[in-house]
Amino acid sequence: MKLIIAIIKPFKLDEVRDALNSIGVHGMTVTEVKGYGRQKGHTEIYRGAEYAVNFLPKVRVEIAVAANLVDKTIEAIGNAAKTGQIGDGKIFVTKLDHALRIRTGETDADAL
Amino acid sequence: MTTTAIRRMAGSAAMLAFFIAPFSATSALAQAAAPKIDAADTAWMITATALVLMMTLPGLALFYSGMVRKKHVLATMAQSLGAAALVTVLWAAVGYSLAFHGDGAALGTLGRAFLNGIGIDSVHPLAKTIPESLFMLYQMTFAIITVALVGGSVADRMRFSAFMWFSALWLLIVYVPLAHWVWGGGFLGAAGVQDFAGGLVVHLNAGIAGLVACLVLGARRGYGSENLAPYDLSMAVIGTGLLWVGWFGFNGGSALGAGPRAVMAITSTHLAACAGALTWMALEWFARGKPSVLGMISGAVAGLGTITPASGFVMPMHGIIIGVVAGVVCYFACTWLKQKLRYDDSLDVFGVHGVGGLTGTLLLGVFATAAISASPDTPGISGLIEGNTRQIVLQLYGIGVTLLWSGIGTFVVLKLIQFFLPLRVTVDQEQQGLDITQHGESMHT
Repeated sequence: MKLIIAIIKPFKLDEVRDALNSIGVHGMTVTEVKGYGRQKGHTEIYRGAEYAVNFLPKVRVEIAVAANLVDKTIEAIGNAAKTGQIGDGKIFVTKLDHALRIRTGETDADAL
Repeated sequence: MTTTAIRRMAGSAAMLAFFIAPFSATSALAQAAAPKIDAADTAWMITATALVLMMTLPGLALFYSGMVRKKHVLATMAQSLGAAALVTVLWAAVGYSLAFHGDGAALGTLGRAFLNGIGIDSVHPLAKTIPESLFMLYQMTFAIITVALVGGSVADRMRFSAFMWFSALWLLIVYVPLAHWVWGGGFLGAAGVQDFAGGLVVHLNAGIAGLVACLVLGARRGYGSENLAPYDLSMAVIGTGLLWVGWFGFNGGSALGAGPRAVMAITSTHLAACAGALTWMALEWFARGKPSVLGMISGAVAGLGTITPASGFVMPMHGIIIGVVAGVVCYFACTWLKQKLRYDDSLDVFGVHGVGGLTGTLLLGVFATAAISASPDTPGISGLIEGNTRQIVLQLYGIGVTLLWSGIGTFVVLKLIQFFLPLRVTVDQEQQGLDITQHGESMHT
């Protein structure tokens, strides 16, 4: 089991969700976040006053998947979220030790 | 036809009065000599009064509060609200009388204090076809917006109590005399200085006061280092729309009647607003790569403020030229001049209204066309384009007096208040926001 965390452009969320649905990933947690990487924010100008905006709005998608789905999931997110422009985001993968569905008490892969 | 019928009926009623009540013949005679209230003029001026009040509430309140940070939104609106309420009461008490009653060179008299003597049929010599109470109300809305305008320069840091004291004292010490000098029969108007709807009295006056006030108070905390970006420019756009439409009453109403001069003023006003918006947009597009919404509304307001003194004197197409000039000079005042001189005029009251009012007052001396302002009693005002060089000298005289009076007067008023209470909130309060520290409220939690 792995936990996949993808930081993507907000307007790409629907495409990512559809792509994941089509490969059989049916659950995810989404958070609106701010941050920066190579894109490094932008400058806003108000009547000549310049302000550097360092943190840009992004969407953070968390998906827990069974081991056999990890590569397909990463590929699906990567394809759907890509625009080719700077600021497309990143995908992180971490180990997931345990999972439990609260309603039924099912654990690990059965709980996903 | 209806009007004639009504007139005829009124005539027979007057004759009836003669026959029925011979003892009241003197009063009937006085009535016949009384100036005639015109229904159309009165209807338009009621509308114009409402339009100008709408410029402050909610126009200016929205325009200003959309440009501050979220924690200062309510406090910025409170300045417009507080000024409107306080100025109204003071105007009725003494302001109107000192500004518009009596034609002394320096100041009016207290003959109309507490609206004493304004009856159902009294009129003001400047507007003989509308009730005096309406003239008083109309002029009041100008006093309100001028005081409220100054608040933009000190937004985000002035104590509300200090602002209320400032509103009262500045109205009586600075605004009322200047309004009398230019409009109420004082020495500037008598000398021939022209200001149709408030380039000197409203815009240059408020702009200079704002500049002096922001210098006395000092810059906002974090000015030049922190992000002070506007909270919600969409509110400022709505505010601009209300100001813009309200300005039809501001400039059109300054004709003090429903006639062609009012329509000419409104036409040049709207053209100047559009030309100003386009000019600022083009400059920013060229200089910064993007035409900002804040730039477009700033250009519109710059065009409106600049045409204000000249509307009612110039041809409509001059409005476009004046609007373009307004866009250029106000753009450079707000971007280049402000950074060069390093003052923190939070919402650019000086850059837009001060510089615009000054420019428009001067351009009146250039583009004034006698046919627009001519009446049966007066020949009308000619400017440089009609070969009259004297008007521009007179306009410079008016500008000089306004600069000195407003600059020194504002400084004195602020120092007077500072003697009794601090003008500024504490650093801690400024950081927490004026909404919660001055008013105990926040926009939404």
